[in-house]
Amino acid sequence: MPPSALAENRQLDEDGRDVQYTDQKLIYFSSASEYTHRFVQKLNTGSARIPLFASEPELIATEPYVLLIPTYGGENGRRAVLPQILRFLRSEQNRQLLQGVIGSGNTNFGTAYCLAAKKISAKCHVPVLYTFELMGTSEDVLNVKEGLDTFWTLKSQKRT
Amino acid sequence: MTEKIKLTHKVEAINWNRIQDEKDVEVWNRLVNNFWLPEKVPLSNDIQSWGTLTEDEKLLTMRVFTGLTLLDTLQGTVGAVSLIPDALTPHEEAVYTNIAFMESVHAKSYSSIFSTLASTKDIDEAFRWSTENRNLQKKAQIIESYYYGDDPLKRKIASTLLESFLFYSGFYLPMHWSSRAKLTNTADLIRLIIRDEAVHGYYIGYKYQKGLETQSPERREELKDYTFELLFELYENEVQYTHDLYDPVGLSEDVKKFLHYNANKALMNLGYEAMFPAAVTDVSPAILSALSPNADENHDFFSGSGSSYVIGKAVNTEDEDWEF
Repeated sequence: MPPSALAENRQLDEDGRDVQYTDQKLIYFSSASEYTHRFVQKLNTGSARIPLFASEPELIATEPYVLLIPTYGGENGRRAVLPQILRFLRSEQNRQLLQGVIGSGNTNFGTAYCLAAKKISAKCHVPVLYTFELMGTSEDVLNVKEGLDTFWTLKSQKRT
Repeated sequence: MTEKIKLTHKVEAINWNRIQDEKDVEVWNRLVNNFWLPEKVPLSNDIQSWGTLTEDEKLLTMRVFTGLTLLDTLQGTVGAVSLIPDALTPHEEAVYTNIAFMESVHAKSYSSIFSTLASTKDIDEAFRWSTENRNLQKKAQIIESYYYGDDPLKRKIASTLLESFLFYSGFYLPMHWSSRAKLTNTADLIRLIIRDEAVHGYYIGYKYQKGLETQSPERREELKDYTFELLFELYENEVQYTHDLYDPVGLSEDVKKFLHYNANKALMNLGYEAMFPAAVTDVSPAILSALSPNADENHDFFSGSGSSYVIGKAVNTEDEDWEF
């Protein structure tokens, strides 16, 4: 983390930017097609959604969380991480509290399948926890639901 | 029959600086950036590999590709064009013209494969087969009848099922060859088509759901029932078609799993729940890995299976935006 980036983040805060804090353990992005949103609803767990438009307040995590994000294929993997997600990850606090990534996508996109999750994993040194396609099947919902429960239980045991 | 296809009535100059639906711009950009032509794929490198196939395998490959040519021709010439008059925004119309053109590129690319690998006589023979195979003709006819029908949302259902389901009995074969290190350049070309079809199915399915929002609960229920009925009708025909083609090489059972897997994805593109349970969608890992080289890693940190606790390695993090 170059210090210049740190300063830049602070500057943003001092600018009095509209910021929204969340202590949810699951933070996700979903475009207007709402696939990811629908998947998250089926998990029946607390969550926060990264804003779609730059005019909306910036989302800042206050507790450790897992990030769930889609990848839309194409452009040979370039720009796989959407600008809204990049904006979210530019916050150092958001990067520090990130514990893992779940990716959604489509195997039709070949090597770009769930690429955004893999890129974030590599960049932020957190594991890719799970990948699934489109809105996810009922098996995916179950796997992620149970997986997250176990994941957080283990984390809390480690901490104590 | 043809008189039922209408042209858009009142055309206004398209203003790309006034966007009603951001999805139109996003998908337009994605399609433009994904643009490709068959001439860029070094198909001639497959000539030697083609020579290692048995006569049965060659015949199967030719037939599968003429079947795909028919579907791409239908989608390029009628399908995508038939969606234009029902578009909700002028930008949606423009996206359909892009889709229509790309389908024509796909249709032409099979001819590039043919002319590289086969003789004129074999090519003509395969095209003759495509006009005579009952199951192939039937699937084209079922879809075509909805394109000429007068229900815009049913047209989108038929179109999404074509893009996201009907191609896959054919796409299976080049993935199979690729997993055995055969016809690998042809497989590269098919992967480009597969990538395009995913964006097409996603977009048309999205527009279907947009249209659905304005409908009454009864009508929504009717369209949902209709989707599943049409899928079943097409599925039964696909099973027949699959046995027709793949029984001689013993691959039918795995192809059917691939059909189930993709039927689920087609339903999801239309906003419905997947229908086939995991027990019948377990496509052979070799095929999945030919489709998406990293999918077989099956990131499942939760269950502890697969290559799990692997932090993604340096995967193209060249994006300028990554400098935090």
